[in-house]
Amino acid sequence: MSIEIRGVSKAFAGHPVLRDVSIDIPDGELVALLGPSGCGKTTLLRILAGLEVADRGEVRYGGQDVATRTARERNVGLVFQHYALFRHMTVADNVGFALKVRKAPRPEIRARVDELLRLVQLHDQRDRYPHQLSGGQRQRVALARALATSPRILLLDEPFGALDARVRQELRRWLRGLHDELHVTSIFVTHDQEEAFEVADRVVLMNAGRVEQVGPPAQVFENPASPFVMRFLGAVNVFHGHVDGGRAFVHDLEFAAPSAHGRSTAHVYVRPHDIDVHRAALPGSFAARVVRVLALGAAVRVELTAPGHAGALEVELDARRTEALSLVPGDVVHLAPRRVRVFPAVERQSDSLTASGL
Amino acid sequence: MSGAASSLARREVVAAPDAVPLAGLAGAARRRPRRATEDPAPVKWALVAAALCFLASLVLAPAAVVLVEALRGGFGLWWKAVADPDARAAIRLTLLVSVLAVPLNAAFGVAAAWSATRFRYPGRSVLVALIDLPFGVSPVISGMVTVFLFGARGWFGPWLAAHGVRVVFAVPGVVLATVFVTFPFVARELIPFMEAQGTEEEEAALVLGASGWQIFSRVTLPNVKWSLLYGVILCNARAMGEFGAVSVVSGHIRGVTNTLPLHVENLYSEYAFQAAFAVASLLFLLAAVTLSAKKTLEWTQRTSRRDAAHRSPR
Repeated sequence: MSIEIRGVSKAFAGHPVLRDVSIDIPDGELVALLGPSGCGKTTLLRILAGLEVADRGEVRYGGQDVATRTARERNVGLVFQHYALFRHMTVADNVGFALKVRKAPRPEIRARVDELLRLVQLHDQRDRYPHQLSGGQRQRVALARALATSPRILLLDEPFGALDARVRQELRRWLRGLHDELHVTSIFVTHDQEEAFEVADRVVLMNAGRVEQVGPPAQVFENPASPFVMRFLGAVNVFHGHVDGGRAFVHDLEFAAPSAHGRSTAHVYVRPHDIDVHRAALPGSFAARVVRVLALGAAVRVELTAPGHAGALEVELDARRTEALSLVPGDVVHLAPRRVRVFPAVERQSDSLTASGL
Repeated sequence: MSGAASSLARREVVAAPDAVPLAGLAGAARRRPRRATEDPAPVKWALVAAALCFLASLVLAPAAVVLVEALRGGFGLWWKAVADPDARAAIRLTLLVSVLAVPLNAAFGVAAAWSATRFRYPGRSVLVALIDLPFGVSPVISGMVTVFLFGARGWFGPWLAAHGVRVVFAVPGVVLATVFVTFPFVARELIPFMEAQGTEEEEAALVLGASGWQIFSRVTLPNVKWSLLYGVILCNARAMGEFGAVSVVSGHIRGVTNTLPLHVENLYSEYAFQAAFAVASLLFLLAAVTLSAKKTLEWTQRTSRRDAAHRSPR
């Protein structure tokens, strides 16, 4: 079932949490709501589930306004961040709850519970209690419970947030596989870029209650629409300069900036892996001094300082390139940015990144 | 999970005295090393001795007196006092009062706890404070309030009398006074517990399609059942043992408005010491039952909380 969110706004005690949010999600898509904590993504999910009421705007499921339908009537699958399993019920009773309150016949409940527990690979745990399960198992019970009534929409709030790294990795792949099997329109909330990119068809980036950008992961990463998106999706070096007639200038370097019009001060963003390091000065490069060299497994991170640039610069190299350069702290090298993003230096807007201290 | 933490902390305290005699037997040479947070031995022993003396003089001695005095004339005399028609009437009334007051207060307590923890509205803190009122005022005042409201010269007294309803110096008054004095027990037990549990499970039930009643009966109530039972036990103990409030409204009419505590007092003031102690021993028995029920509950709760604490960190 498709989901349309139209101009939804919400404030708690006068404090705006969502500001005019509009998103279209076609039937069967798996979408990630990605953003720092406090950006409003969980509130949006709760509005979709019917647990909160939007101050303005509307939500449509399959073209129908759901404003008059309560959480109980929406038949939406919702997986809570901490699962919210019924602690006094067995796994089977948890999964069968939605059918039981609908007064489904007992054999039918049993058959459906068995089917779902096989789907989440927990059929041998049916008589255990939530506290006897591991985090990953609880997560899967919560998912099976949410799917019991075959909802057309599945909402997941930080589904992997409370799990350790290895289990999270496994569950992500498993959730993606499950979605490909069921094709239920799904939205999951996350603050983890990697998670969003790995699992979702499309990513909705949110910041301070607004949608910053919507698109497939690769597109969002390659063409960030705003400085926020640039900064939120991984490490980035920021240079202060100015733009003039489609060109950006930082010190004596010059970059193409086709989207920048007129003359203004500007910020030039460069990803650490988009910078080449040379021993010799080349055209389009600038000098910097190596401060630290950190081996991070396959990649190597080099921290440098450059004259006229406040703060540290970060460059990411592969191990072979580092070996060829044999960098040691104190070396003076030349940095040549390969790809840059230029954004006019507008006044700082309210921004969940700064608000949450990230 | 502050509840789990505090119950574990309580376990520590309970476990400590068990370890004490062992350390004493082991002798000075092989004494177990003092824990960093433990007080020096003299302080420890002085505190333990003080607590034990206090307990012995205030709890053990009176308990012993009640039992010894109750059985001084032998079991026959004890039975005679207990089986006396007035005593039997007092037992019946006490049971009747608790059968009426306890379910009423359990229902009220659940409703109050629900409204105090599941909704946010102006005046919520006032409600919570008001629940505590009966704990704050002397039971005698509670009894007097009942008289002022329902007595012959009270606000509603004349109207009630005109309709042939007698409250003060009759059974309804005894029940009313008891209900008033005991109503905080259940709510007080439930409110912190329900607050700590949060509303997530109820929200989950709602999204899964449960109605308000289904949420309450299938999710909320099973989750709070131990706390509720605990509150009911305390409420029952107080309902059966209440003296002050009941004394004001009952009029001490033998065989009619005398509850067990009032009957004990009557017998005692008539110098029927042995009979007074015999009836008192029934109340003592009630205390023992309450205490063991409470302990059993604490134990089950602790084990279930310990299981809950074993859940992986959230």
